[in-house]
Amino acid sequence: MNIVVCIKQVPDTKGGVKFNPDGTLDRAAMLAIMNPDDKAGLEAALRIKDETGAKVTVLTMGLPKADAVLREAMAMGADDAVLVTDRVLGGADTWATSTTIAGALRNLDYDLIITGRQAIDGDTAQVGPQIAEHLNLPVISYAEEIRVEGDSVIVKRQYEDRYHELKAKMPCLITALSELNEPRYMTPGGIYEAVDKEVTVWGRADLKDVDDSNLGLAGSPTKIAKASDKVPKGAGEKVNLDPTESVNYLIGKFKEKHII
Amino acid sequence: MGLEEYKGVYIYAQQVDNKLSSIAFELIGKAKELANDLGTDVTAVLLGSGVKGLADELGAYGADKVIVVDNPVLETYRTEPYAQALSAVINEYKPDIMLVGATAIGRDLGPTVSARVATGLTADCTKLEIGDFPLNPVPGKENEQKHNQLLMTRPAFGGNTIATIACPDNRPQMATVRPGVMQKLPKEEGRKAEVIEFNPALEENNRYVEIMNVVKAVGSVKNIMDAKILVSGGRGVGSKENFKQLEELADVLGGMVSCSRAVVENGWLEQAYQVGQTGKTVRPQIYFAIGISGAIQHVAGMEESDLIVAINKDEDAPIFDVADYGLVGDLNKIVPQLTAALKAEMGK
Repeated sequence: MNIVVCIKQVPDTKGGVKFNPDGTLDRAAMLAIMNPDDKAGLEAALRIKDETGAKVTVLTMGLPKADAVLREAMAMGADDAVLVTDRVLGGADTWATSTTIAGALRNLDYDLIITGRQAIDGDTAQVGPQIAEHLNLPVISYAEEIRVEGDSVIVKRQYEDRYHELKAKMPCLITALSELNEPRYMTPGGIYEAVDKEVTVWGRADLKDVDDSNLGLAGSPTKIAKASDKVPKGAGEKVNLDPTESVNYLIGKFKEKHII
Repeated sequence: MGLEEYKGVYIYAQQVDNKLSSIAFELIGKAKELANDLGTDVTAVLLGSGVKGLADELGAYGADKVIVVDNPVLETYRTEPYAQALSAVINEYKPDIMLVGATAIGRDLGPTVSARVATGLTADCTKLEIGDFPLNPVPGKENEQKHNQLLMTRPAFGGNTIATIACPDNRPQMATVRPGVMQKLPKEEGRKAEVIEFNPALEENNRYVEIMNVVKAVGSVKNIMDAKILVSGGRGVGSKENFKQLEELADVLGGMVSCSRAVVENGWLEQAYQVGQTGKTVRPQIYFAIGISGAIQHVAGMEESDLIVAINKDEDAPIFDVADYGLVGDLNKIVPQLTAALKAEMGK
């Protein structure tokens, strides 16, 4: 069985957000990590590997430095890694990104493709289902639990107030939630081996059945009209009083506003 | 593709168990504004089995037309038959704008359909308006600026950045919209929408998945998005037991308790009560942030509240930057006294 896990290198927005003096985001100062949902997807794949001996390939699209997350994935236990990188692919929206990744996946053998539900930089949750669309595969998103049964996968699919237990015939694509599991750590032996392992690097020419008009910034149907770092809402009043005075202050404000 | 063939503002009227989701009405509310600006009307797309009866409710909330695809295969949500049905509606009726809720269903259906009809999709929008793209004409290329475009604004980067996005060369212009952000219109009893029944052939193919089991959450969790007053606790509350103080405050005000992500991670409250980027977006009349430091991911989910009160012992906590009224101090002392004082005031 062949599993391909699509992963993304993202800036760590959790707690590690840094700002420039002018209030804009200092992206360069932020740590680059493996996207959490993707890491859970990788862990799910590695657990299937532990059970069945499946081969796990990780694939990413990004800048050459994204090599780091591929090596991290191999140190966790992935067998092979593919980096899709090319200047013409830059500035892609989810349509162009999913087209690119689908073009790379057409070169690989897969029974199961796992992506994260969404990346913490874009938060769109679109690329997984769109890859499935380009490859004409069944898709199950928001997976909380994955198990393989014969030629099918059985997935617990999360909704706001319920879950569905779904069965899909492979090949299929699943998008993973970080709640799925607790990803394992890299092992010292794994790290040692991952340093020397070969990462396959593909560019535009290696993408299969993909039209130039669907790639990169030019091939993206959505265009950014304006982007800005968020200006926080102005602070109101802040008091530092003893508890009784604090309460009296607030009650006074509530009365002023006719809340009580 | 002749872009001018595409007309009208369409919304996906999500239903679950043949009951319309609140997001359907919120989308109609926003769609009405957009349609007014464009001089067009609002069509709701209703997919399901035995759902035709829901069309009246969509009309009462402002839909001008309702396209109904009624087919037994659509009884329970599954990506493929729903994507076939919605794509068929788009191909047949050619909407200029197609809005879908950014729910666990919409964030699956939206990307699948947008890829199928080969258009762009902007995720989790918090603001939609009609305008020009580019926003300002490029000197020498004034006639290339496009008018009457859907401008879709969304937070990204964990809520740290805001981007406004257009889809100038493809139709429909598609967006998923965060629940709880747009306002529904007042219900107008007796207002009718024109109902159009449409029966595209839905073909079972390799992409169908089998539903083995549907497991609903036990009990009926009241939705924090519907609460007028939220008393929200964070890590600073300290323990599950301490949430009792917050519940008492909420009870006095007829509100509900909600929480930050840390509280869910500690197992003090269920995920259904979580406010923020990975939880729910709320806009109550009053939001109490108690023992919540105010990480940007949390703030993204509550900053639109009418009035924000923060109680925190750390006077540098970022939550005070968004609070209208900030009380620096020990929540264990302030909260019970506040509850007692409010009880006394309201008993007058």
